[in-house]
Amino acid sequence: MSRIINAFKNNKAFIAFITCGDPDINTSLNIIREAARNGADLIELGIPFSDPTAEGPVIQEANLRALNSGITTDKIFDMVRTLRLEINIPLVFMTYANVIFSYGSEKFIRTCSEIQIDGLIIPDLPYEEKNEFLPTCEKYHVDLISMIAPTSEKRIAMIASEAEGFIYIVSSLGVTGVRSEITTDLDAIIQSVRKHSSLPCAIGFGISTPQQAAKMARIADGVIVGSAIIKIIAKYGREAPEYVGEFVKSMKDAVLNISD
Amino acid sequence: MSNQSGRFGIHGGQYIPETLMNAVIELEQAYNFYKNDKAFNHELEQLFNEYAGRPSRLYYASRMTEDLHGAKIYLKREDLNHTGAHKINNVLGQALLAKKMGKTRLIAETGAGQHGVATATAAALMGLSCVVFMGEEDTRRQALNVYKMRLLGAEVISVKTGTGTLKDAVSEAFREWTSRIADTHYCLGSVMGPHPFPTIVRDFQSVISREIKAQILQRENKLPDYVIACVGGGSNAMGSFWHFINDKSVKLIGCEAAGRGINTPETAATIATGRLGIFHGMKSYFCQDNYGQIAPVYSISAGLDYPGIGPEHAYLHDIKRASYVPVTDEEAVNAFEYLSRTEGIIPAIESAHAVSHAIKLAKTLSRENIIVITISGRGDKDCAAIARYRGENINE
Repeated sequence: MSRIINAFKNNKAFIAFITCGDPDINTSLNIIREAARNGADLIELGIPFSDPTAEGPVIQEANLRALNSGITTDKIFDMVRTLRLEINIPLVFMTYANVIFSYGSEKFIRTCSEIQIDGLIIPDLPYEEKNEFLPTCEKYHVDLISMIAPTSEKRIAMIASEAEGFIYIVSSLGVTGVRSEITTDLDAIIQSVRKHSSLPCAIGFGISTPQQAAKMARIADGVIVGSAIIKIIAKYGREAPEYVGEFVKSMKDAVLNISD
Repeated sequence: MSNQSGRFGIHGGQYIPETLMNAVIELEQAYNFYKNDKAFNHELEQLFNEYAGRPSRLYYASRMTEDLHGAKIYLKREDLNHTGAHKINNVLGQALLAKKMGKTRLIAETGAGQHGVATATAAALMGLSCVVFMGEEDTRRQALNVYKMRLLGAEVISVKTGTGTLKDAVSEAFREWTSRIADTHYCLGSVMGPHPFPTIVRDFQSVISREIKAQILQRENKLPDYVIACVGGGSNAMGSFWHFINDKSVKLIGCEAAGRGINTPETAATIATGRLGIFHGMKSYFCQDNYGQIAPVYSISAGLDYPGIGPEHAYLHDIKRASYVPVTDEEAVNAFEYLSRTEGIIPAIESAHAVSHAIKLAKTLSRENIIVITISGRGDKDCAAIARYRGENINE
């Protein structure tokens, strides 16, 4: 069983996102350690991009802070090598197509496999373009995670039936960022996905509170939280690991405790 | 020239979030229907002729020709179009298409402000609401155009992220489209972005080369030897090249903004300094660092200040059908002043990049040769900035 499938096996999963190198690489390391120690079942590691077109202001600023701290793809690979000596939960990279393509797709994905990165999430790689990276991902056994959006409609069957790892359900229109309310009929989307795939479904975009997390965990297999964590990091800087740990614990408790 | 998935050789494609996929598919289907629809084409032609003032003149620049002692020079006067640039061609097409699709709101990015003004104009004409994203730096460089857009009823949003220039305005327009699709059409201003935009924009701009061809055949009874246009994303160049692509004797030259020089970091010359990448929905050439971070490019021209180039240009470069040359700020400003003095035509600083290269080239040719330069826009918007570049203390 893959590490990713394993993460969803027993309970609802809590997935944390961080931007690597925000505010610096050592703090990122400690944040990841704290997130894992406090119950994160999977961690999405964002490799910063200069122009993250699918992100709202919170993660855009994190990308900028990280790049200004001198972070590079190679330094992030080194960080993961260190992490893998102590952490066994699934880790996936979230980054933009150009970061992978420009590094050399084969070299990037081969390195992912070497350092035990389990999957890739690429927000600017829709189904139609997945062959840009899919053959290489298959060669090195790195899952290429598919996203399904509120606008996907008839595309759901096609995307879900070929998906790998887990399915990333985008909660609402727009870019990443905290939302006070999510109005999409996610129940219907997930039911539709389940007709075409037995992979776990995790919902992301806009989730920031334990209440929202619990609500999403009732209909999905996992909950992804990014901007709310990035906000904590922006506020506390190098002191952030402890606060992120506390937050992750509260969110994990919420997704585990979803009885009405 | 694109295949079904919008590829030009290896370039192009649709590298966009899943959220936008149905929107571009819907756009492609609508476009494929309307581009062959008689009523649509008739309506667009009426708009081109009666509203935008087409066909634009192909003007024989006799004083420039005399002065340079070389090739005969013709200027394709897109600067004489309503709103002062070629941008209106694409915008009228897309606005009409959006209206047929039942959209009630246009969003657009703008660099120099010409595409923003054109979009605001078409929105006013067709009763659509309009929001234009413009980099903060550009709202300062092109303050008059910001006022014009507001005057025309558009909302102008100053984009403060990144370098506060055209690429950031494009990113912000994409973000806005992702959050509001049902009633909104993204009126992209150049031959770039995800399929089908490079094809749609090229088709609407191809009226430029269709007219050049008919006009030069009538005047000279032969095709030109060179067609020269400036290239940022590349819409006026693509429009100027399109109907000549199969005429192998016609050399096609795109002039990129070299800024302070292609050996400095302050440049926007994508073909000269960029490499293959994936950004803003397309595979093409981009100015970027070793890790694929997009470079903060620079040019005196807000309209050419973009780190990429449209995918069809990248393809024409690959197959060597067109060539691309860098032109510096200083060279462009010299050409801006030269054309003003010599022909009484103040070109946009963007177009001055093409004029600059044509001046160099013309001197190496004889009167038997014909050069057509597309004057993509007029230079009123640039006068204050060029005066400041020359050290004059002037406000707009």
